[in-house]
Amino acid sequence: MSWVNAVIQGVLLGGLYALFACGLSLMFGVMKVINLAHGDLAVVAAYIALGVIAITHLPAVWSFVVVVPVFAAVGYVMQRTLLQSALNRGVLTTLLVTFGLSVVIENALQQFLSANSKSINIGSLVSDSFSIGSQITIAYLDLVILAVAVVVLLGLQYFLSSSRSGRMIRAVADDQEAAQLSGIDYRHMFGIAAAIAFGTVALAGIAYGMYTQFDPTTGSAALLLYAFEAVVIGGLGSLWGTLAGGILLGVAQQIGAQYHAADQVLAGQVLFLVILVLRPQGITSRRELA
Amino acid sequence: MTGVGPGQGGADPLIEVAGLSVHHGQLQALHEVSLAVPAGDVHAMIGANGAGKSTLLRTIAGLHQPTAGSVRLDGKDITGLRPERRVAAGIALVPEGRRLFPSLSVEENLQVGASSKRTGQWNLEAIYDLFDWMRDRRHQRAAQLSGGEQQAVAIGRALASNPRVLLLDELSLGLAPVVVRRIYATLPQLAASGMTILLVEQDVSQALAVASQVHCLLEGRITLAGPPAALTGAQIEAAYFGIGAGSNGNGARDGKPTGAGSPEVDQPPGVRT
Repeated sequence: MSWVNAVIQGVLLGGLYALFACGLSLMFGVMKVINLAHGDLAVVAAYIALGVIAITHLPAVWSFVVVVPVFAAVGYVMQRTLLQSALNRGVLTTLLVTFGLSVVIENALQQFLSANSKSINIGSLVSDSFSIGSQITIAYLDLVILAVAVVVLLGLQYFLSSSRSGRMIRAVADDQEAAQLSGIDYRHMFGIAAAIAFGTVALAGIAYGMYTQFDPTTGSAALLLYAFEAVVIGGLGSLWGTLAGGILLGVAQQIGAQYHAADQVLAGQVLFLVILVLRPQGITSRRELA
Repeated sequence: MTGVGPGQGGADPLIEVAGLSVHHGQLQALHEVSLAVPAGDVHAMIGANGAGKSTLLRTIAGLHQPTAGSVRLDGKDITGLRPERRVAAGIALVPEGRRLFPSLSVEENLQVGASSKRTGQWNLEAIYDLFDWMRDRRHQRAAQLSGGEQQAVAIGRALASNPRVLLLDELSLGLAPVVVRRIYATLPQLAASGMTILLVEQDVSQALAVASQVHCLLEGRITLAGPPAALTGAQIEAAYFGIGAGSNGNGARDGKPTGAGSPEVDQPPGVRT
């Protein structure tokens, strides 16, 4: 029965990982940018949420209403300025620039906000739960985070497949030059994709801050890695693959933890390696977006 | 310079390039090319591989920035305009190799073509009327179509922007002759709707059949220009390969692999001597 519980907890955790991963996947799929600062951005979002809660006295769970739009705007501006000028110099330059960004963010956080662990206090909500039988306990927070992840991925899927902007983003991802010849300013579409990616990573960062503790190094030490693993396991550029990858990663980690608490991260990485060796295209092999 | 000067032929040119030079790195692809296409005319650009035909169309579409010279649309200088703004101004290029969005459906490709929001007679219905098979297969992915069908969608995608000037780059590339004829059969309808067309073609007979004016490019320079009826096969051959001009004909045929209608060694394709 404890194994069933491990799988259930893994699925719940997987929602959070998928939420982290979808922005990373989107930015790679559309503009071929591998954002190495992705995890740090999530941590920044969590810190900003703390600040917003302190200043506005907004209930902690609603802090995303402020932080997500701000992050989306920052994402658009950063794509149109820093990332676009890096892209103009070649795709590899973006790797260096986002790596540099990651270092800058981490050190700035340590400098100004100290290395102490923080978490977003949502009171008893963090531990409220219900039980199924005697062994399985499901926290409402975990369930809500999974639901949010599914809703975000569904919404993103619908946006990409059915809206005019989504269609233009897919066209740009397919062929940038042909998109220009169809009258699309691809830099603007890149900006929109970055805004979505930053918005979702902010949401993921806030959810993580409610779920557990974070500090300035959490982003590059854990979150970026989990997001990468979820994307690779699921298959690049596929949103459903990302959800599946996140859930598989979560389940692997929880099963590992069931053996020994120290094996949690290792189990996820073993799965990641096995997938890389046996099925490098990921468990879903569709190459296009959405 | 034997290019057609502005004003020649009476009507004001709708699209006009003057003294256009384009470099690809160290290599100069175009040397002070000038030509003008009056509104409603169909002009063809012929020449061997590597002569600079595609570079010329891509520069008019804004994908290359010239090192000298200018591009004018209806008298307005658009040399510095980005490609997507040129689409909004009424220039559409059907690129070499078709370049459809492979993961998008036929209809989505056409819808993306309408991104510039220019209005006119070319809505989805009109495009489906022009290529009648397309309506039934509009939900298919572009990647699943045959080469000829993809070329038709590429033309449809360009038409969806309701261009004033349509630039067609190597429509016949890699297609069977019967398919090429079917595609070319639609051009008179487009011209009749008032559209100005500048096409690039390696298949000389195809170009001569549809164009009112032919320009021959050799190593980045226009070597011959005139209405097809006024040009002899020998003249075209000389201009195509630079025979007698002291130029090395082989030099113009380097580069990319040739598809259907590739130049033969002795004479330009389609020229019957």
